[in-house]
Amino acid sequence: MKVLVCISNVPDTTTKINFNDDKTSFNTTGVQFIINPYDEIALTRALELTEAQGGTVTVINIGDPSTDATIRKALAIGATDAVRINAIPRDAYFVATQIAGYAKDQGFDLILTGRESIDYNGAQVASLLGEMMDLPSISIVKSLQIEGGTATLEREIEGGKEVISCPLPLIASASEGMAEPRIPNMRGIMSARTKPLTVVEPVEVPNLQNIIKFEKPEGRGQVKLVSADEVNKLVDLLHSEAKTI
Amino acid sequence: MSVLIYAENSKGKLKKSSFEAASYAYSVASMLNTDAYAISIGEVSNEELEKLAKYGIKKILTVNTAQMHNFVNQAYASVIAEAAKSLSSNVVVLSATFSGKALAPRLAVKLQAAYVDGAISLPTNDGAFTVRKGAFSGKAFADVSMSAVNKIIAINPNSFPIAENSQPAVVEAFAPTVKDTDFRTIVKEIIQAADKVSLPEAEIVVSAGRGLKGPENWGMIEELADLLGAATACSKPVSDAHWRPHSEHVGQTGIAVSPNLYIAIGISGAIQHLAGVSSSKVIVVINKDPEAPFFKAADYGIVGDAFDVVPKLIEAVKEFKATHA
Ligand SMILES: Cc1cc2nc3c(=O)[nH]c(=O)nc-3n(C[C@H](O)[C@H](O)[C@H](O)COP(=O)(O)OP(=O)(O)OC[C@H]3O[C@@H](n4cnc5c(N)ncnc54)[C@H](O)[C@@H]3O)c2cc1C
Ligand SMILES: Nc1ncnc2c1ncn2[C@@H]1O[C@H](COP(=O)(O)O)[C@@H](O)[C@H]1O
Repeated sequence: MKVLVCISNVPDTTTKINFNDDKTSFNTTGVQFIINPYDEIALTRALELTEAQGGTVTVINIGDPSTDATIRKALAIGATDAVRINAIPRDAYFVATQIAGYAKDQGFDLILTGRESIDYNGAQVASLLGEMMDLPSISIVKSLQIEGGTATLEREIEGGKEVISCPLPLIASASEGMAEPRIPNMRGIMSARTKPLTVVEPVEVPNLQNIIKFEKPEGRGQVKLVSADEVNKLVDLLHSEAKTI
Repeated sequence: MSVLIYAENSKGKLKKSSFEAASYAYSVASMLNTDAYAISIGEVSNEELEKLAKYGIKKILTVNTAQMHNFVNQAYASVIAEAAKSLSSNVVVLSATFSGKALAPRLAVKLQAAYVDGAISLPTNDGAFTVRKGAFSGKAFADVSMSAVNKIIAINPNSFPIAENSQPAVVEAFAPTVKDTDFRTIVKEIIQAADKVSLPEAEIVVSAGRGLKGPENWGMIEELADLLGAATACSKPVSDAHWRPHSEHVGQTGIAVSPNLYIAIGISGAIQHLAGVSSSKVIVVINKDPEAPFFKAADYGIVGDAFDVVPKLIEAVKEFKATHA
């Protein structure tokens, strides 16, 4: 089985977010970058499947050379090889067009993404890729089993889940529950240094939308404390002041 | 030119989020001096669909064939694209539900459209058609200018009030051609807790964390939620320990919610937790530690032991309901 896992390079989850003076770019000073947490789940599931059934796992990232550290981490976790498309990822449409362009004649049986990137939170790439490659795409998948060329997946829906069956090849976006992320061991870290990382130049993509400004939300005012002996007061405030009950 | 909404249903009933989408689309259509239409896919009665007229929708197309009864994002995207073409709609509005998010990007490719996911504002009327959305997991907003001719907006549930703009509407059957390869995925089973309020759409969320000590203590959380008509949620360590299902986990790596009221009980308020809840309109924190970081991100707070405060809160809500029935 040939699996492709799309990995995005995102600011660590504890990062305080700051923007440059132009308000259109993210200030990366002092920021630690990591593999998007959902992509780590996808990668781990890909490794479990290929370890059990044979096959290879390629990771792909759209990014400039600064993302190589994140790609090496994916190789250390266990990916077979890596591809980096050498461009700053403008938006999900740009990213998906690059991945579709690379993957179209490579014969992947399975392409996995994360459910969303924790920076742009688009939840777009899996479905965009599905449409661009004319393949089925299943979003926000909590469980993925493969047997004899057919996948059984559980997709999250409001208040429950849906069980889906689909022949390979397919695209799925990974959510919590699909696998427990793996931590690279020493041997993985050593071997990652010599695994192949191919750099490919990007294709041109039309520009459909632009982020013109980032802004930080205003903080909440001072918290209003109510004594534990006067819980009624809280209910009154929620009714008459906050108007939420 | 016109504005089209995808009116999503659950078991034959239009979702509340579909009425939000209708109200939003009516505003956009008014801004553009045009009309708002809807497309419904699945087993929904005409009578149910006519409810959309109340929110400003003038025409409702319905696709109610057996093949279309279960959600398949590829096929649904094809139907909506056909509907948009036949009604000359260059703006499509849907709700950023799990299904909405799974089909909208496919639609964007079909229509060569700009796409904003999780919109929290109306588009600007300055030609740039700029729409605001959340970014960096609730830590920032991004204003996106949609330059392509066709535009798709998935609005966040609970971000827009439902507004009435009653007018007559017609319901028409629609029969698009959908290719067989759109149906490669097959829905085998739908498992849904029948009477539970769905978390992403809930107006009130009662959430609890590791401070509750163990799964056996969730009875009072569920009781409080039931009283308030709220959904229940939890922090990540709670679902990791299987005290509660993963589908209740909110935060950066779980579900993002934006209810009118979020009540956090025994949750410390780690930055990854806040990432999924900070866009809630009002936040109440109950925690025994006055130094818990969550108090800095809250509107109201009670410093106290959950096992003392929550039962009291349940009584207070009961009392309130008895006097405000
Ligand atoms: C990559 C990454 C992603 C993450 N994603 C998420 C996420 O999506 N969502 C998430 O929630 N977390 C996430 N986390 C974990 C997060 O950092 C915190 O560890 C987690 O939110 C803490 O959960 P908690 O508040 O329930 O538990 P704790 O931090 O243990 O806090 C328990 C709180 O309960 C209070 N308490 C104890 N007893 C009582 C009592 N009797 N009455 C009242 N209060 C009491 C304590 O004072 C304390 O504040 C993530 C972490 C990482 C590294
Ligand atoms: N720059 C990128 N390179 C490779 N994959 C990406 C990139 N950005 C996003 N992805 C993948 O697409 C998923 C969803 O991203 P998004 O649509 O931005 O929320 C991520 O979890 C990744 O798997």
